[in-house]
Amino acid sequence: MLLLTCPYCGVTAEETEFSAGGEAHLTRHGPGSSDHDYEAYMFNRKNPRGVHFERWRHAYGCGKWFLAARDTMTLEVLATYPAQTSEPPAEVIAKIKLKRPDWEGYP
Amino acid sequence: MSHRLPNGGRLIRRGKPQSFTFNGKRMTGYAGDTLAASLLANGQTLVGRSFKYHRPRGIVASGVEEPNALVGLGRGDRYEPNQRATTTEVFDGLVAESQNHWPSLDLDLLSVNNLLPQFLTAGFYYKTFLQPRAFWKHVYEPIIRRSAGLGKAPDDKARDPDRYEQIYAFCDVLIIGGGIAGLQAALSAAQSGARVALWEQTAHWGGRAPVDGVQIDGKPAQNWIKTTVEALEKMNNVHLRLRMMGAGVHDHGYVLGYERITDHAPATQAPRHRLWRMRAGHIITATGAIERPLSFAGNDVPGVMLAAAMRDYLVNYAVAAGNSVVVVTNNDDAYRTAIALRKAGLGVPAVIDARAEANGALPQEARALGLRVLTGRGVRKVKGGKRVKGVEICRIDSAGTAHSEVFDCDAIAMSGGWSPVVHLWSHCGGKLTWDTNGHFFRPDPNRPPTGADGAGFVTVCGAANGVMSAVLADAHAAVVTALGRQDLPMPAQDQLPEEDPLEPVWIMPRRAEYPLRAKMWLDYQNDVKVSDVQLAAREGYQSVEHTKRYTTLGMATDQGKLSNINGLAVLSDALGQPIPATGTTTFRPPYTPISLGAIAGEARGAVFQPLRRSPLHDWHAANGADWEPVGQWRRPFTYKRPGESRDQAVNREVRNAREAVSLLDASTLGKILVSGPDAGRFLDMLYTNMMSTLKPGKCRYGLMCNENGFLMDDGVVARIDEQSFLVHTTSGGADHVHGWMEDWLQCEWWDWKVHTVNLTEQFAQIAVVGPKARLLLERLGGMDVSADALPFMDWRAGQLGGFDVRAFRISFSGELSYEIAVPASQGAALWERLMTAGADLGIMPYGTEALHILRAEKGFIMIGDETDGTVIPQDLGLNWAISKKKTDFLGKRGMEREAMVNPDRWKLVGLETLDGSVLPHGALALGKGKNANGQAVTEGRVTSTYFSATLGRGIAMGLVAQGPERMGEELIFAGPQDKRIKTRIVDPVLYDKEGARQNV
Amino acid sequence: MSEIMRSALPGAEFTGFVQVSEAGLQGMITLRADLAAPQLATALKSATGCAMPKTRKITRDGAHSLVWMSPDELMILCPHAEAPALTDRLSREMAGAFVTLANVSDARAMFRVTGAMWRDALAKLCPVDFASLQTGDIRRTRAAQVAAAILVTDAQEAQIICFRSVAGYMFDLLSIAAAPGAEPALYV
Ligand SMILES: [Zn+2]
Repeated sequence: MLLLTCPYCGVTAEETEFSAGGEAHLTRHGPGSSDHDYEAYMFNRKNPRGVHFERWRHAYGCGKWFLAARDTMTLEVLATYPAQTSEPPAEVIAKIKLKRPDWEGYP
Repeated sequence: MSHRLPNGGRLIRRGKPQSFTFNGKRMTGYAGDTLAASLLANGQTLVGRSFKYHRPRGIVASGVEEPNALVGLGRGDRYEPNQRATTTEVFDGLVAESQNHWPSLDLDLLSVNNLLPQFLTAGFYYKTFLQPRAFWKHVYEPIIRRSAGLGKAPDDKARDPDRYEQIYAFCDVLIIGGGIAGLQAALSAAQSGARVALWEQTAHWGGRAPVDGVQIDGKPAQNWIKTTVEALEKMNNVHLRLRMMGAGVHDHGYVLGYERITDHAPATQAPRHRLWRMRAGHIITATGAIERPLSFAGNDVPGVMLAAAMRDYLVNYAVAAGNSVVVVTNNDDAYRTAIALRKAGLGVPAVIDARAEANGALPQEARALGLRVLTGRGVRKVKGGKRVKGVEICRIDSAGTAHSEVFDCDAIAMSGGWSPVVHLWSHCGGKLTWDTNGHFFRPDPNRPPTGADGAGFVTVCGAANGVMSAVLADAHAAVVTALGRQDLPMPAQDQLPEEDPLEPVWIMPRRAEYPLRAKMWLDYQNDVKVSDVQLAAREGYQSVEHTKRYTTLGMATDQGKLSNINGLAVLSDALGQPIPATGTTTFRPPYTPISLGAIAGEARGAVFQPLRRSPLHDWHAANGADWEPVGQWRRPFTYKRPGESRDQAVNREVRNAREAVSLLDASTLGKILVSGPDAGRFLDMLYTNMMSTLKPGKCRYGLMCNENGFLMDDGVVARIDEQSFLVHTTSGGADHVHGWMEDWLQCEWWDWKVHTVNLTEQFAQIAVVGPKARLLLERLGGMDVSADALPFMDWRAGQLGGFDVRAFRISFSGELSYEIAVPASQGAALWERLMTAGADLGIMPYGTEALHILRAEKGFIMIGDETDGTVIPQDLGLNWAISKKKTDFLGKRGMEREAMVNPDRWKLVGLETLDGSVLPHGALALGKGKNANGQAVTEGRVTSTYFSATLGRGIAMGLVAQGPERMGEELIFAGPQDKRIKTRIVDPVLYDKEGARQNV
Repeated sequence: MSEIMRSALPGAEFTGFVQVSEAGLQGMITLRADLAAPQLATALKSATGCAMPKTRKITRDGAHSLVWMSPDELMILCPHAEAPALTDRLSREMAGAFVTLANVSDARAMFRVTGAMWRDALAKLCPVDFASLQTGDIRRTRAAQVAAAILVTDAQEAQIICFRSVAGYMFDLLSIAAAPGAEPALYV
């Protein structure tokens, strides 16, 4: 069972205090979008073996959504950061590169 | 015969005899005994029958690894099968019974299986039961159920009266195992200032060092153990627990600990078991090692015991496993047993050593005591059935066709070397390496399980690490490495005589022929033999995981603690490859079985799951509520009066709401405050219709869809003021909708100025429904509730009968209706006031079933009935609630997909049976012909169906292909038992189509 | 009006190795806002006497407390009867700012867990390291299967706030956790 640190309230808590929200940094495609874009938004997920960006909500805590960079193979949590961003911030990318030099990068 | 010696026994208190029964026979042990020790002390060597062959079995081990001595403990509500006698502490009044025999342990008629072992070889089930199929149910299964198995399940009427609980705990360093390695690790870690926890699964500290004669700083280990435990007990940063097993190591330093609090003292008030949910910064496993049996013919005859276990019984409990013991070994360690037995005055006719030479310190000491040591020899076979009578010896490299010598004896001590307990290291992904000196798998320090920060979080020390001497230094080093602290005080020094290397012997004798191999047990508990594994290999099984499942090796409740390495070795040999190439099976938690009670913890009975009560719950309970679960809420389904059936009560409630005035507890409806400058814009995105144009004081019904366009929730929105709205959701949907709102606000439109507050439980909400509703409210006095002052779909804040309320003119019944919201603390008072004031008007409460019927008569949809997560609003004829002006709202894009605009979609209609009967729930409308799978084609289904007291017949709604275009058409619905129900498609609004009644 | 107002579980009490009691009617106001706004701190100080709490902290002045709930949310604790007026007053004072206030006094239940071993009782229900919680701390978490806020009010007491509908569940949980003879001896 994972441990995650909420970047809003600073609490490090076990997984049961959070709820998972799937892949992060999806772009919403609404009315007028192509079938291809809509499909990508709704259904296509990366499911990578390795570094993954995902959404979590501190459901039993401060209630805020945040994002996590996590290695799906080792379960290492590489970073957690606020959700108000459409792509991983530079410092998060740098942190991951430091630990995973051969990571292909975002996206 | 096994017996108690007059002196000795470091763990027992002879002044405290304990009386217990085994198979009804009264026996006596001592405080400090395990049940196994007490049984042996009472001469009970036969303790059970084996799983498949019903062979007589005795105690093999002295700890958690015991495969044979499984007993049923307790009686009645407290009966529990399959408990290990070796880990059960004896107490006054203990009741134990042996398992898997018929009619008795001594005379087991099912042991005929033993005469036909070829019927039960590897893969027997797979091969035998293929044909004929009918034999399965009527012949094979009853026989197997009768004969194979372990303990009996408790009676299905039994209810466990004991308490169980869980607890969350945290530490910097958790040490699992309280032998000398664990104690030293705890001491070193504690000296660093870290928060330390130390767990030991038995009732004693120190492990087996005192039994093995370990010296620490020149003194018996017991002295050091005592001093160290005392020192640890005094340290504030150390938490010590006995009878606490490390059950499993999980991700990110999460460890489950199984504490057996009252198993040994059942009369106390404490919970029986406590499951510890520990989060440790670092884990050090000091879990020791388990001795391996030797595979020789008859190695399962009662009286054959692990050499170290025999030593344990002797030293710890003053119990001799026999009067005359032959020791069989491939290593020096077993000589400790021979020496200890001899020193205790017991007979040791010979030590049989498989090695060509045995000249280490221990064999020399044995010889000096006058013991006869035979090298290069092995056991050909054990003589005896229900207990050992003797042993035939042969050359170790032979085929065992003849014996060279025979010894009479009543017990055999065997040792095949030691296997480190690597389970906890392996649970979370720690890898193993084959130790070519010790011939065992040990943890590979370069491949530990890794945690949240990517670093290894488990370190192993002592025998669990394959270190059999200088254990304290190894434990200290583990702490130094784990904590990165070089400044900790150096540990004491432990000493043991040097030992010569063991020589692996996987089959005894090495070239044993089939008749012998078919009597060599690998897995005692699942009755798997050397010949079974060899057969599997011959049949093409190469993967160890496949072989395990085919033969069931290591799949019993002991999870192969004794059998794994021996089985792997036999498989490797059969496959002609080295053991590391075969690898091990997966180690999975828990280390030993834990009780279901501990897993459930507090979650049983009244607190099995949260039960949500409305502010009016107590009134409902006192007034005949027949409850219905709605999510975690309990809502009254109906209020039964004396002598009424459920249906009669429901029908009465429906009629009263249409004819007089009735109350409904609507408190469970979700109520979410949405507030801020962008609140209108936000609700326009959430709802399919326009909400921003709603005026303060007005209400509007709206639909929420997910991004697929599927209907998710519905309800009435009331505009409070320019900046704020009160959103009503369904009873089950409040939390979800609130979370949904926060998701969009936090993650997509984070620059919009909108706040949400979930006010669901702040208010009790009472629906006052029926033609006399206004009259009733006017009697309370206060705000003007007239049609002009408070028209349909308006709301007002004000006072009613002195209560501060919000009154909403909304209707889910089609009748004149007010929903009155009042702070929850006043809900019960307002409800009672209404009931009193309306007594002469015929007021009565109604439940959820009447609510459903009233809305169905009106053709109102219900989320969860008419919707199932694949239904779009257009399917339900709700196009009027979908804005055409808005360029965007959640779900709009999804609704534009080809499948969503397909005219053939199933759409909402009313359904009327021709005979007036009530359609079955979920019934399917039959179309023409069959589909590709030969099933009847369907063209619709019932979504809601009730008896309408108002209309005096069955009414229903359903989704039917092109339904609205087929008004008046007849459909056939399939009922139970192939019943065909003729039904007509009608308008879903069956009552007051113009809506005159609600708008008065 | 007081006789018509009922807290969630009036008078509920259990004595085990700690005492569990329902706290009765308690005023609670949810405030959502930019907590860094100076105008807000001033208004709160004057209305409640309490300073703006830091992350996961509680400030207190007599019968009033400010409890940090999230980066943009406080809970104001006050006497129950005062909550409607205080909500209105703060709403007026903060009019024009992006601030939301709501009286939630009746949406919640509050329990006191009293006694030196309160940590040992709560550790059975909440996945929280109670050694890290000191007087004046708030921790939002779960108690078994429901959301809970734990307010450490002094060395001998913690207050638990949960939703009103699960007050019965919470009381039962706390009573089971505090059962005599079930002391886990973890923190004391
Ligand atoms: Zn948080």
